[in-house]
Amino acid sequence: MVDGLRAYRLIGGMWIRSTMAYRASFAMTTFANFAVTALDFVGILLMFSRVKVLGGWPLPEVAFLYGLSSVAFGFADLAIGSMERLGHRVRDGTLDTLLVRPAPVLAQVAADRFALRRLGRIMQGALVLGYALSAVDIDWTPLKALLMPVMVVSGAGIFCAVFVAGAAFQFVAQDASEVQNAFTYGGATLLQYPPTVFGRELVRGVTFLLPLAFVTWLPAAYVLGRPMPLGLPQWVAFAPPLVAVACLALSGLAWRAGLRSYRSTGS
Amino acid sequence: MGSGRLYAAVVAGGFRRYATYRAATAAGVFTNTVFGLILVYTYLALWDEKPHLGGYDQAQAVTYVWLGQAIFAAMAIGGGGVEGELMERIRTGDVAIDLYRPADLQLWWLAADVGRALFQLLGRGVIPFVFGALFFPVALPGDPATWGAFLVTLVLAMMVGFGIRYLIALLTFWLMDGTGMTHMTMLAGFFCSGMMLPLNVFPGALGDVVRELPWSALLQKPADVLLGEADPWGTFAFQGAWAVVLLGAGRLLQSVATRRVVVQGG
Repeated sequence: MVDGLRAYRLIGGMWIRSTMAYRASFAMTTFANFAVTALDFVGILLMFSRVKVLGGWPLPEVAFLYGLSSVAFGFADLAIGSMERLGHRVRDGTLDTLLVRPAPVLAQVAADRFALRRLGRIMQGALVLGYALSAVDIDWTPLKALLMPVMVVSGAGIFCAVFVAGAAFQFVAQDASEVQNAFTYGGATLLQYPPTVFGRELVRGVTFLLPLAFVTWLPAAYVLGRPMPLGLPQWVAFAPPLVAVACLALSGLAWRAGLRSYRSTGS
Repeated sequence: MGSGRLYAAVVAGGFRRYATYRAATAAGVFTNTVFGLILVYTYLALWDEKPHLGGYDQAQAVTYVWLGQAIFAAMAIGGGGVEGELMERIRTGDVAIDLYRPADLQLWWLAADVGRALFQLLGRGVIPFVFGALFFPVALPGDPATWGAFLVTLVLAMMVGFGIRYLIALLTFWLMDGTGMTHMTMLAGFFCSGMMLPLNVFPGALGDVVRELPWSALLQKPADVLLGEADPWGTFAFQGAWAVVLLGAGRLLQSVATRRVVVQGG
């Protein structure tokens, strides 16, 4: 574990130094990253230019969901987003190089091409969240204030688990790396909208099967003082850390199984 | 006649090439279906709140979502056509080999891109569209003439889409690195084609401008023909004009670029 973190830090640092060799390009790609996600929010603003509420939620509350989901996903993407490239490495055989190095493979794959430009997404999400916090009338209590950072960290943890599980799946599916996008980017997009918009079955699915609802929907409903989705009891708003730990453990197991089943493609 | 057969062979080759990756195609179909599901619910909520938004009823909005997911890959709305490969060939200098081949550079890549688009239309488009039509209320035309006109708009959309991406790819001759431009293309594609939100929902002047840009030929115009909201002949003219302008500009830029080409590498 300590080994892994050290390897991660070293490889990540190396990639940062290498990106910083081209500062202008770094600035441009960070801005592009910011702009891509900002445009996403412009889409929501355009929707709200024509309607007052969406699924019963006004703009500031949707912005609250959007900001939380973007920041949580942004941290996961920054930390281990490069794992979606694992399929490439399996296909062209460069994963073998990582296997012979004296550092955990997971750390190496996660830090591979560490891209600081992904801060762009986090900044954008944080800005929207800032707007939301100033515009929403929240009845703050110490518990709610405490829940905010907990929500972001656990949310990032849950998304990390999705990335790791997706990477484990790529050992089996190689070419099918795009499936992962449905859960990572798709999940982040889903969580930007209120749960009341979606069909009951879909909400059930992302609560009990793939617990993305714990990233924002459930804790956010508590903070905003809205009824819990699916009529769940209020205490589930505090479950995200537990859910994150469980997801990470499961995805870790999946990763091990995947790595063990790996067979090099050869030359 | 001989050159016609050559480009037909390139089209067929492009088709077969993309057809090789079955797992990737299945993955793409799955992803498009999931994104379609997410979008369709948000649109349903939007149209619930404001029926007849942008002149569409709810069933038309739902059809629009699934059409977008179905042709997203084929029209390379977010990039991902053959232009990435062309950029790479320009950067590495391999394009010099393409230039001394007895084939036209633009037509060659157009043919390859059409082959790719045709495969992705069938391979990635049909299943999400049928899924959407089965599980959600959609508005599909009953008469074959509308379907025929819709197919024509798709072919024209392929031309416009290639026209945009070819121009972008040629800029690599000057900028060498295509990453920034690829990002920009994706940005413009998502926003201006109506992938994010139908262009007829865009408010005021922004809507007026964005509906006249070439990107609207990729999704919004074909959708309007399929949904019976636009006159096919006017749409053909709009798409055809943009195709001519963009492909013409591409030809012009190509002749400038090839006159100053410096082969990199060694």
